[in-house]
Amino acid sequence: MSKPRLDDATGVETVGHEWDGIEELNNPLPRWWLWSFYACIVFAIGYSVVYPAIPMLDTATAGTFGWSSRGDLDKEMKAESVRTAAMRSELDQASIEQIATDPRLRRAAIDGGRAAFKVNCIQCHGNGAAGSVGYPNLNDDDWLWGGDAAAIHQTLVNGIRQPGDDATRMSMMPAFGRDGILTAPQVQDVVSHVRLIAGEEKPSASAQRGAELFTANCAVCHGANGEGSRAVGAPKLNDAIWLYGGDRKALTQTITNARYGVMPSWGNRLDPVTVKMLATYVHSLGGGEAAPAPAADPAAPVAPVAAAQ
Amino acid sequence: MNAHDPKMSADHSNEIGMYEKRKAVFPKATDGAFRRFKWLVMAVCLAIYWGTPWIRWDRGPYAPDQAVLIDMANRRFFMFNIEIWPHEFYFVAGLLIMAGIGLFLVTSVVGRAWCGYACPQTVWTDLFQHVDRLIDGDRNAQLRLQKAPWGPAKIARRALKWGIYLGISFATGGAWIFYFADAPTLQTEFWTGTAAPIAYATTFVLTMTTFIFGGFMREQVCIYMCPWPRIQTAMLDEKSLLVTYKDWRGEPRGSVKSALKAATPLGDCIDCLQCVAVCPTGIDIREGPQIGCITCALCIDACDKAMADVGRPRGLIDYCTLDDAEREKRGETSVPILKTVFRPRTLVYLGVWSGIGLALLFALGQRERMDISIAKDRNPEYVTLSDGSVRNAYTLKLRNMESRPRTFRIELRGLDNGTIYTDEMDSTAARRQLTVEVPSDTTKPVRVYALVPRGSAPAEFALVLVATDKEGGTDISETTFTTAQGNGQ
Repeated sequence: MSKPRLDDATGVETVGHEWDGIEELNNPLPRWWLWSFYACIVFAIGYSVVYPAIPMLDTATAGTFGWSSRGDLDKEMKAESVRTAAMRSELDQASIEQIATDPRLRRAAIDGGRAAFKVNCIQCHGNGAAGSVGYPNLNDDDWLWGGDAAAIHQTLVNGIRQPGDDATRMSMMPAFGRDGILTAPQVQDVVSHVRLIAGEEKPSASAQRGAELFTANCAVCHGANGEGSRAVGAPKLNDAIWLYGGDRKALTQTITNARYGVMPSWGNRLDPVTVKMLATYVHSLGGGEAAPAPAADPAAPVAPVAAAQ
Repeated sequence: MNAHDPKMSADHSNEIGMYEKRKAVFPKATDGAFRRFKWLVMAVCLAIYWGTPWIRWDRGPYAPDQAVLIDMANRRFFMFNIEIWPHEFYFVAGLLIMAGIGLFLVTSVVGRAWCGYACPQTVWTDLFQHVDRLIDGDRNAQLRLQKAPWGPAKIARRALKWGIYLGISFATGGAWIFYFADAPTLQTEFWTGTAAPIAYATTFVLTMTTFIFGGFMREQVCIYMCPWPRIQTAMLDEKSLLVTYKDWRGEPRGSVKSALKAATPLGDCIDCLQCVAVCPTGIDIREGPQIGCITCALCIDACDKAMADVGRPRGLIDYCTLDDAEREKRGETSVPILKTVFRPRTLVYLGVWSGIGLALLFALGQRERMDISIAKDRNPEYVTLSDGSVRNAYTLKLRNMESRPRTFRIELRGLDNGTIYTDEMDSTAARRQLTVEVPSDTTKPVRVYALVPRGSAPAEFALVLVATDKEGGTDISETTFTTAQGNGQ
């Protein structure tokens, strides 16, 4: 640091700092700059009084405005529930079938359902509702208990194998191998037959033997041709979709020990509107089916099912 | 700065304050070619600023009829018959780049012409200085009033002047908001108190900045706050025209009377200080080029008048390049003005500037007023259906940028055995072409499923958007189709 001196060219005093011969002049700053600086200080004092500012041991000063980010969130959530209240009450009054046929209600229900799905369903069914082994893919056209909006809604409300819910549904597959109904070789024969009707294997002697066993043991629920039954939640076996895997090992496991999928009954956990929205959303994922024709009145002519819009 | 008197500072070196008080500037009124040019530029700039939002432009029933409108809520920018969507923002970026290169061009030719004539800070400061003269009188009267003690007369004058400042500022700040909404509607809403809070906030902020910057801070904004003068000094070269005091002609300076008494002949400068008196930033141009000079050229007008009065040739202060200054000092003739203006550097700037301009115009003429973009579902990537066929889902964004509803056809190109259907159709109606109505001036999202039979391999394909009306037009976007085989299963 050199001694402050007067600069020859300008007559201004230097500050005394020098870097490789370059010195800094001590030119005064403009007055407006000073006033802006004072104004900032005043603002900062005011700010720290009215807003949370000074950190304490386990909290901070609250500020006289009482502002908090949680309070902001609370306000936003309240405003949001006021905003959606009208639509929610409409959805509440509409039946699940009415929602499915009214484009405006359906659009709103799908949006709400998408959000609720992310909170409640993705843990098992996955973020894209694609499921995984043991958890059904909700995008496809294969439904254990029915794929029209009302059927999906019922599954959601009562769940599957939900203890304490009288209306819950459960499939009852015997553990054919473990309980000694079929021997291990017989199980292999049934596996061969099931893979044959699903188009995974070519005809074989094992499959032929399995066909008889299938008729005797499985057809009562899964149907003579493995077409399944939605009434008892027996999966369709002659298609390309496998819930627990379609290779020999997985099928052997399934027939030996049986499978008992579980789903909570959401009717006890979520409000009715949210369950309706979820049902509509799941129905919209690409596999949703049209509502079945009204119960057949033999006298009335059968109306064609509403198809392409 | 250069205004410092070395001797003064030396004598009071111990008394330099931390902060420097502004030395008020009271520029004298003047007249001349450059003053008239400044009047013209001011009139044009203010007319454009205040007038533009009120120009109407018929765009049909589905679009606003304001010629220039920045519609933030609907994310549209209208400029006469051009309509810019957010994804076309590169046009605005291109215009900004052109503005930048245009400034380089102007600066390399005529120095800080932007600062001197067209900058809003200059235009409004100039306007406010005219208000000063109107209320307080010219320079000397203003100086007297400044020194006068506060009394009823001074308070009245100040209140009147600041009131006019505030009126101009309010008109300035208030006009800005009309660029962002339908001007006549917003004006009614504004006065009836029903406009959006942001309109009042914007008006207030811009009123206050105009009032403070134009009314009180004035040249301090240029000297201390604005970065552009600092950048411009780097853009200048020895061939740029600058406002120059020709000291080789003017010095040694002295009044006409002292010239008669002087032993040696004096220069042309009669030291009348008119150039200092008229300067809106309060500098003395005779000290040479300096940061405080915004090249408004008012000192040229003032000096020319003084020279005419004493019968000497005009141009003691004039636009002159550093090169020419050297030449004239040596007694040579200066370079012709055209040669100064059209030199390689300016021609390159001009070339780049007009190149970008032409490219933008070309792109503007070429752009389709429709657009398809495809987002493929990634979760799940594909869905196997019970008959073994595979389905992929896509979200299409169909943009109709015309201000009328249009019918589009979506065609599947590639994916030979595939079909498509939307989520509003039954999958049994799947086919190779779909028809979609898109309302005017909107982007319509459409969910499309593509379906291929069992055993198909992953593939690339394209969806083509075709306008079915007589204006026609197509847009194409490619995407992929995924199956289990693509995942090595």
